[in-house]
Amino acid sequence: MTIDVRIPTILRPYTKDQKSVQATGSSLGALIADLDLNYAGLGERLLEDGALRRFINIYINDEDVRFLGGLDSPVKDGDSVTILPAVAGG
Amino acid sequence: MLEISQNFVDAIIAQSRAEYPDECCGVILGPTGSDKAARLKPMINAAHSPTFYEFDSKDLLALYREIDDNDEEIVVIYHSHTETEARPSRTDIAYASEPLAHYVLVSTREEIAPAIEFRSFRIIDGVVTEEEVSITV
Repeated sequence: MTIDVRIPTILRPYTKDQKSVQATGSSLGALIADLDLNYAGLGERLLEDGALRRFINIYINDEDVRFLGGLDSPVKDGDSVTILPAVAGG
Repeated sequence: MLEISQNFVDAIIAQSRAEYPDECCGVILGPTGSDKAARLKPMINAAHSPTFYEFDSKDLLALYREIDDNDEEIVVIYHSHTETEARPSRTDIAYASEPLAHYVLVSTREEIAPAIEFRSFRIIDGVVTEEEVSITV
């Protein structure tokens, strides 16, 4: 099962500057674990204490995973995952 | 240095005033690699707050898809401060995640009215560097 994951500029140092990488897993959590295995350190930029970081948005196809079940969101072959840091501030 | 047209400066100031007391926000896009502030795109502040701004998550995805399709990049990320100076706050620095963008801050705080402040910064790995703003016709 292969899923295309779109990496934002700020996290590309972890992926040798690749804009998108492939990962496997049947849930978002498994997918992130797989990403971290291949791109060490990436997992920590996405998760904090085992939960998704508040100011990192992850989408499966067109949906924000916060509305799909977070780390438990199912992913399947051919889905595309997009990671985007929130644009936010005070 | 940031080069920006007077029209965009005026539009950002007008948006700040229109959305007062909430912070307003938006981007200026340009062709990839050009660092040219070519296309102004106001965004909705999903936080609707005088002390915080955040692009709506769906709008954010749509924005990145749009710039990918158009071979554009985010040249400027701007927002307003309605009660404080036009320099990055601690939260601005903590969440800044576009190392290639110019972070523009506009302040419409009352104590300097009718003047406004319009300043530009680079925010990279938590380090803030102010830069010159050159306003073109």
